[in-house]
Amino acid sequence: MDRIKITFPIMPDAKAKIALELNDEPVEVAFAPHKTLLEVLREDLALTGTKHGCELGECGTCAVLVDGRPVLSCLVLGLACAGHRVKTVEGMAEGGRLHPLQDAFAELGAAQCGYCTPAFLLAAEALLAANRRPTRDEIKQALAGNLCRCTGYIKIYEAVELAAARMRGERAVPSEESLYGRR
Amino acid sequence: MAGARDSLRVVGKALRKVDATAKVVGATKFADDVALPRMLYAKLLRSPHPHARILRIDTSRAVALAGVKAVLTGKDLPIPFGILPVSQDEHALALDKVRFVGDPVAAVAAGSEETATAALELIDVTYEALRPVTDAADAVAHPEPRIHDYGDGGNLHKLIDLEFGDVAEGFAEADLVREDLLFFEGSTHLPMEQHAAVADWSPPPDGKLTLWSSTQTPHYVHRALAKVLELSPAKIRVIATPNGGGFGGKSDPFSHEIVVAKLAMLTGRPVKITLTREEVFYCHRGRHPTLMWVKTGVKKDGAITAMHFKSLLDGGGYGSYGVASTYYTGALQTVTYHVPRYKFQGARAFTNKPPCGPKRGHGTPQPRFALEVHIDKIAEQLGMDPAELRLKHLVPPNSLTANWLRIGSMGLGPCIHKVVEGSGWKEKFRKLPPGKGIGLACSSYITGAGLAIYWNPMPHSGVQLKCDRGGGVTVFCGSTEIGQGSDSILAMIVAEVLGVDPFDIAIVTGDTDLTPVDLGSYSSRVTLMTGNAAIQAAERARDIIASHAARKLALPAERLAFAERRVFDVENPARGLTFAEAVQLAEAAEGTVGTVGSYTPPPSPGRYRGAGVGPSPAYSYSACVAEVDVDPATGIVRVPRIFIAHDVGRSINAATVMGQIEGSVYMGLGEALMEEMAYRGNRNVVHKIPSLLEYKSPTTLEMCDVVTYVVEDPDPNGPFGAKECGQGPLLPVPPAVANAVYDAVGVRIDEVPITPEKVFKALRRKAKGEAARYGPTAFPDIVWPEPTRVPPPWEGGDGKAAEGSGGRAKTVKVPV
Repeated sequence: MDRIKITFPIMPDAKAKIALELNDEPVEVAFAPHKTLLEVLREDLALTGTKHGCELGECGTCAVLVDGRPVLSCLVLGLACAGHRVKTVEGMAEGGRLHPLQDAFAELGAAQCGYCTPAFLLAAEALLAANRRPTRDEIKQALAGNLCRCTGYIKIYEAVELAAARMRGERAVPSEESLYGRR
Repeated sequence: MAGARDSLRVVGKALRKVDATAKVVGATKFADDVALPRMLYAKLLRSPHPHARILRIDTSRAVALAGVKAVLTGKDLPIPFGILPVSQDEHALALDKVRFVGDPVAAVAAGSEETATAALELIDVTYEALRPVTDAADAVAHPEPRIHDYGDGGNLHKLIDLEFGDVAEGFAEADLVREDLLFFEGSTHLPMEQHAAVADWSPPPDGKLTLWSSTQTPHYVHRALAKVLELSPAKIRVIATPNGGGFGGKSDPFSHEIVVAKLAMLTGRPVKITLTREEVFYCHRGRHPTLMWVKTGVKKDGAITAMHFKSLLDGGGYGSYGVASTYYTGALQTVTYHVPRYKFQGARAFTNKPPCGPKRGHGTPQPRFALEVHIDKIAEQLGMDPAELRLKHLVPPNSLTANWLRIGSMGLGPCIHKVVEGSGWKEKFRKLPPGKGIGLACSSYITGAGLAIYWNPMPHSGVQLKCDRGGGVTVFCGSTEIGQGSDSILAMIVAEVLGVDPFDIAIVTGDTDLTPVDLGSYSSRVTLMTGNAAIQAAERARDIIASHAARKLALPAERLAFAERRVFDVENPARGLTFAEAVQLAEAAEGTVGTVGSYTPPPSPGRYRGAGVGPSPAYSYSACVAEVDVDPATGIVRVPRIFIAHDVGRSINAATVMGQIEGSVYMGLGEALMEEMAYRGNRNVVHKIPSLLEYKSPTTLEMCDVVTYVVEDPDPNGPFGAKECGQGPLLPVPPAVANAVYDAVGVRIDEVPITPEKVFKALRRKAKGEAARYGPTAFPDIVWPEPTRVPPPWEGGDGKAAEGSGGRAKTVKVPV
């Protein structure tokens, strides 16, 4: 994100065209140059899986991965992504199979309304790429920039822990207490 | 049907939700994800004044801007609307007056959002500022200038005075009479999804309007559009897209929904609006700031002899659900601990702020906070353990309350035992080191309102069901998926009855063209009401299918069971048909296999004016213990852990129940510690914090650990015994935290949110030997109407008001 090259002047009505790697595929896209990555993804690439909650960088709902790191797509210009690797929720499932994080979120009910879910999934994916065995506190820290109003975050922590265990090759299952409460 | 628990195969299990996969791959289409060819974008011009007359609006410069397709002002949409029949006080765009900063005044449709935004700047509005009313006490003190020209006088929207038995007599019998004043600050829903709507118009002779909207109540939006646009409801289709969170904030018909519909009709093009986060704060309809006074008489053993409760609600600029909210601040005090005599006086004020309405718990978290803190103080004065006091005086199951609410199953006792034992209450209460505390509170909530907003004899919920010859089943229902799992509830219940897999079932919901009416996702009504309707439709389908399968198998239909996608002999399970084969037999014999089911709540025993709010087919119960750490140097309160037990009647989907309880605890914690809709009262009543950064809500770093106990006390009115779980568990959290703060540092914070500043001030007062408390000190003098006197059941009443009681002769239907 530190290598923005914009050639001036840009005509206000002219579209800018960039090439980037989007969900592991090379993509070219043309858009009005003032647009944020969020707008380019949703409006010019029809990838509406990326959501928005404020478009001011406050809620984390629009997070995507740029070069493997979570960024708020509402604060990044589309132009700044030229030549970069961008990953959205649409790129998580592979070969018709859910990513272990997606699977665990669905299994535990970590997605209630589902609106903040894409961003949580990507932030968690970045965490697990860097730390295969995060503690509960490390999960909280990694997800502290994402707001969720439905879950109280608890099922989200549990889903990240479940997915992490499965990604390490363990045969993990949700705990009885997680699904049914304490007896 | 509703068989015994051990015979259930689907109900009660922790299953994935039917829409979970779509949500984790980002495929769910929310309202702002709807995009149509040639779509225009709309923007609203909002008032910069809290209270002002509109003298002139000149839109000519905006109309002339290149790219602008249409501009609307109030005169284009002059018909008023509102969610309740008694408060049709809103206009899509202000007609002659604005009533809060953010009130919509004009609208633009243009080819891009940028052009529409630019056009707003070119609309010239001349205002004449009026004195703003800043809060409820200000409204009581200043009847003029009036914000609305209706209501119960001056700037008071609604006044209620209800009396169930002679409270003076009850106070005279008491060993201890205690009075307390408490305040619950307003808060907002803050759904992560901003409201959005898209309208499409098919010109005459079709003359048909379609609206996609993030609404919890498509049926009421349907009604409002028909009224304001003067279209036949038959020409309007409202599609409720899955809501990205609702919590009550998307339950009113809104200005922006009507505006995009009108703009689509004028331009002949689809029109979209997506509110900014700031605008979502102006839509509001959140928790009413509520001042409360409560007086209770008790015997030495804690038995209540009488209770008198007063509430004053700050309603904001419009009616919304406010009349119902006001009744709710007095309705449910009686359903937890036995109250033999009860008096309630409630007032709602109009003020120049965004309108308040129903937020999770609708009007009941405020009085529950007051009551549970009040009881904690009473227990201390009596030298009783607050858990024991509550346990000794629980309302019995299958009973009537003083205000004529019918209680069915009542699992509060087991809930209290669970959290008391789980938290180690007896070893900790009043025994923890300074700065550490533990507090207990309980609550109850309705499982759906017993009466509909529009009183009519029709069902509250309908389900239509179609069996496919391939073995699939489609369920059609007007219910709205807002993340609470209502689509999955339908699938699980129908799967249980028909013996198929929930994932064999297609769900079509929230579409006024395709689905029978369900009144909406509010008042925790959906599982009970759609669930009962779904059971009826599924049982009817099962009966049709069973009769033809029985003939084929030469067995009496009663011997057939439906399970594992088969229809078989219970005495010889190998003998049977697949479900698909059985459907084919039925279809061959009778044609398409389709059924309907519907649900209407049982009639309420209360028959006085105001009895419409409070009755419910079933009441859920919750008990909560909160642990706190209070830093006396800063006043900062941290909540490491909350124990919550909830009587859900019976879980339909166990995983969803857990999620609803944890989410309720989370939202209750936010209201207890930090969430507040604050205004700059001295600076034009401007909203202080219309952003997600400044409106503090708990992040992962503030959220506590939660230990959850699910208590199942099945209610005969619930589907398979189920009661609600999406709102009730929020209620005990703020008072449990407040009671724990007292246990930790010995100061009473009689006001939420419990901010460090309030704790710090109370500690300073305590150190100076003053009252160790932070909270309100006075309840304004209000001229209450003549009370409506209703003898409680044990005084020989029949649920009607006593002859001649009640202030005003005019009969207004009281909606819920």
